[in-house]
Amino acid sequence: MTTQMFGAPIKRREDPRLVTGNGRYLDDLGQGALEAAFVRSPHAHARIVDIDVADAVDVDGVIAIYTHEDLPGKVGEPLPLLIPHPTLTHPRTGYALAKDEVNHVGEPVVMVIARDRYLAEDACQRIRVTYDTLPVVVGVDTARAAEALVHEDAPGNIAAHMVQEVGDVEAAMAGAPHTLSLDLAVERSACMPMEGKGVLARWDAEDGRLRIHSSTQTTTGVRAAVAAKLDLPLDRVDCIAPDVGGGFGVKIMHPWPEEVLVPWAARLLGHEVKWTEDRREHFISSAHERAQLQEVQVGFDDDGRLLALDVKFWHDNGAYTPYGIIVPIITSTQLLGPYKPGTYRCEFWSLYTNTVLVTPYRGAGRPQGCYAMERTMDAIAAYLGIDRAEVRSRNFIQPEEMPYDHGLLFQDGRPLKYDSGDFPASLAKLKDLVGWDDFADYRARAEAEGRRVGIGIGCYVEGTGVGPYEGGHVQVESSGRVNVATGLTTQGQGHQTVFAQIVAQELGVRIEDVHVTTGDTRKMGYAVGTFASRAAVMSGNAIALAARSVRAKALRIAGEALEVSPADLEIVDGVVRVAGSPSTSIDLSTVAVLSNPLRYAFDDAARAATQFAGTFDPDKPPVAADDEPGLEGKDFYSPTQATFANGMHAAIVETDPVTAEITILRYCVIHDCGKMINPMIVEGQVHGGVAQGVGGALYERMVYDDSGQLLNASFMDFLMPYASEVPHIETDHLETPSPLNSLGLKGAGEAGCIPVTAVIASAIEDAEGFPITSMPISPVELWELRLRHADGVATSPTPRKEPAR
Amino acid sequence: MSETRTELLHDVTLRVNGVPRTASVPARRLLSDFLRHDVGLTGTHVGCEHGVCGACTVLVDGAPMRACLMFAVSARGHEITTVEGLGDAPDARPCATGEPMNPVQQAFTECHGLQCGYCTPGFLTTITAYLQENPHPTEGEAREAISGNLCRCTGYQNIVKSVLRAAEIRDERAGNHDDEGAGA
Repeated sequence: MTTQMFGAPIKRREDPRLVTGNGRYLDDLGQGALEAAFVRSPHAHARIVDIDVADAVDVDGVIAIYTHEDLPGKVGEPLPLLIPHPTLTHPRTGYALAKDEVNHVGEPVVMVIARDRYLAEDACQRIRVTYDTLPVVVGVDTARAAEALVHEDAPGNIAAHMVQEVGDVEAAMAGAPHTLSLDLAVERSACMPMEGKGVLARWDAEDGRLRIHSSTQTTTGVRAAVAAKLDLPLDRVDCIAPDVGGGFGVKIMHPWPEEVLVPWAARLLGHEVKWTEDRREHFISSAHERAQLQEVQVGFDDDGRLLALDVKFWHDNGAYTPYGIIVPIITSTQLLGPYKPGTYRCEFWSLYTNTVLVTPYRGAGRPQGCYAMERTMDAIAAYLGIDRAEVRSRNFIQPEEMPYDHGLLFQDGRPLKYDSGDFPASLAKLKDLVGWDDFADYRARAEAEGRRVGIGIGCYVEGTGVGPYEGGHVQVESSGRVNVATGLTTQGQGHQTVFAQIVAQELGVRIEDVHVTTGDTRKMGYAVGTFASRAAVMSGNAIALAARSVRAKALRIAGEALEVSPADLEIVDGVVRVAGSPSTSIDLSTVAVLSNPLRYAFDDAARAATQFAGTFDPDKPPVAADDEPGLEGKDFYSPTQATFANGMHAAIVETDPVTAEITILRYCVIHDCGKMINPMIVEGQVHGGVAQGVGGALYERMVYDDSGQLLNASFMDFLMPYASEVPHIETDHLETPSPLNSLGLKGAGEAGCIPVTAVIASAIEDAEGFPITSMPISPVELWELRLRHADGVATSPTPRKEPAR
Repeated sequence: MSETRTELLHDVTLRVNGVPRTASVPARRLLSDFLRHDVGLTGTHVGCEHGVCGACTVLVDGAPMRACLMFAVSARGHEITTVEGLGDAPDARPCATGEPMNPVQQAFTECHGLQCGYCTPGFLTTITAYLQENPHPTEGEAREAISGNLCRCTGYQNIVKSVLRAAEIRDERAGNHDDEGAGA
């Protein structure tokens, strides 16, 4: 057997290139390209009265200046609505360049193309746009009040209103022995990859082809959207994702205005054109997420078991809805976590505001849903005086109840049906890891030292690996090199390593011989993209299927050559050999030669496949009717539903009695993503997710003023965690294989960040003794909460009995 | 006023990774853009252009500096080391795939110290300089040493681990200069 590859912590194959400065990110390409810069709206809501470019045209190095009226045909029409939904009754999308009206600060109004970016920005500064300002809508409260409208024809600022209900919630609530209500809030944050967006386009006039490089999470999506906008046959457009410096969701949204405009201009000008987003542009013109106001009503019995859960929330979708209502749908369904709600109703309103649009950010609505559910669990525990872990445990779906169908529709339009998971086992591991049952002693010792500490817990279930499909292509060259292609893209997940591990394992070759390409439509034209923790599940399984078909073909050809039954053969380190008699063997590279009958010998090895080599049966055609030349295979994986990963986190925090500074002393994670292809990489994904979660819980927020200006649009003011803010993360794993795919995989990419806000709120509440209902929370806010509770001003939404301490 | 203005250009020669590099650039040309676009050394990345993220950190006469906060003309007469030059160090060794790596680069590949790799060059230069000053940091010191650089992928835990591992590799290589280094 070949060295075990699947499941091993193989070092990343992409790293030698990336640590030596040999990565190729978007702005590293196209060194001779013209560069684009944009005049963006300084107003959150305004009518464009006039655009005066006269002073800009003479700036040295300026090639072209475009406004909306220069955009022909579909280029000037609204950008596509990517994900329509029946409840999205008032969808609105922007234009590539604003037409007549702007709806958020940062919306592109004019594009300048110049010899370099410095000159393009010089010209932008000399363009004068005259606006008539309009009333501005910022924040969920203002949007809900609807005294002003973002879009005149979207009454109430409502883009979508959706209700899903399972069981008779009102009857169950009325009959419940206890009920509680919670008002909760979560603020805006954003993905903030270290590399912003960017696009480079080249029109090859001789071939009539457009080549686009984009820092995107979906090259097939960008390709199709740009071909449609530019009225080009799909066949004439290629899209490639080079190395991408992080995505976290913002780059699955497409086509961004620049992804349409830059290729359009490159074709028009007959010259390569590039746009590289700067950090301020990323803050004010890429997507944000998270902001919601939530109202939870819950009915439960004396033991804390849920009888009725009635949730309403208001979701801030920003100025436009090109990505539909995926985020609030996920909140409304994934809110349930590992629990049985008894009966459940979730009603949400997705609301327009004059702010940057909202599309999925790692977790994609789940952190908010988890927060609502877990705050509710803590409130029940406090009310009944039951241990918080115990209340959760009493409401868990049990392993023997799997698969468990919640009776709701998930984000992929398919049933919300959990495939597997062992929540009691996960909780037991978490309690062990963090020392849950010993915490009372720890708290007592800390209190004796004048320190204030608390412990928090949060559980989640994450639908991962949603369809519709991904593909894999595996090809063995006559040199023994194995080329693997899949269409989805890579932003740091180590796909060149994990997909090579799968092929090495399935095919029986050395990992060094496997070369993986992702996100290049020239290699794989059918793909969806990298989001929803789906790459390992979808492409991993597609590649495994393709590798198996290559293996079957290799065994058949080798069996003919060695005159043995394929069933007696194995492939080890790239050699096909008789099991138990390894001296009877043939190299896989030779099998590749034999798989492709040749007329011309291009090298010594190829001679074996030529017509006079005597290696064929004269009674059969060189290529059988049901066969193809070459040792390669292609397959697609398309599951009926998502896989459901899960995890449970706990944290111990210390809050300074004087300054209200919040310190995370310990952070513990139990993570179950089914079988792990590479545990080192899974751990890395968990670490990164937790770090983003810590940012969302304690530091990051988008501070808009009432006029719609983003006041903290820089890394100076938007507080992304440094190493000094992220705790050491302790992890342990459970591997509950998914029964839905042969590799037993579930997704892992988003998991780490989902419960962090809930966990930290839980821990601070435990330390302070009063409810935490709005996140993120800063020391100042905690200090003010202390004052309000000391004065008896603050009213507790959850009549609180102290749990056993 | 719509006159065409042509910017005054300055011939700037810098020693980058030991090699003199010359370009004619305007006074406002950032060192980061000079390295990336005039010299073609794109390993130095730009994450914020306001000196906060540290992705563009290069060594100026051995000391970490943010290349986005320095003009190319101001760097005249200084020795610049970028990520591409780290493998020229005396204690660099070829890794399994052939690239020469200094101990910090080697440690990052061993400890999964990077994911997307965009912030990585700034960490590598920063840590390389730090270990010259403090060759045997504690875990707390290692964390402090990297706390001026932003990473959005790793949660820093494996970067801290990489700092500690790099210190070990430095010692190993200092003890035996003929050591071929651990393969990746």
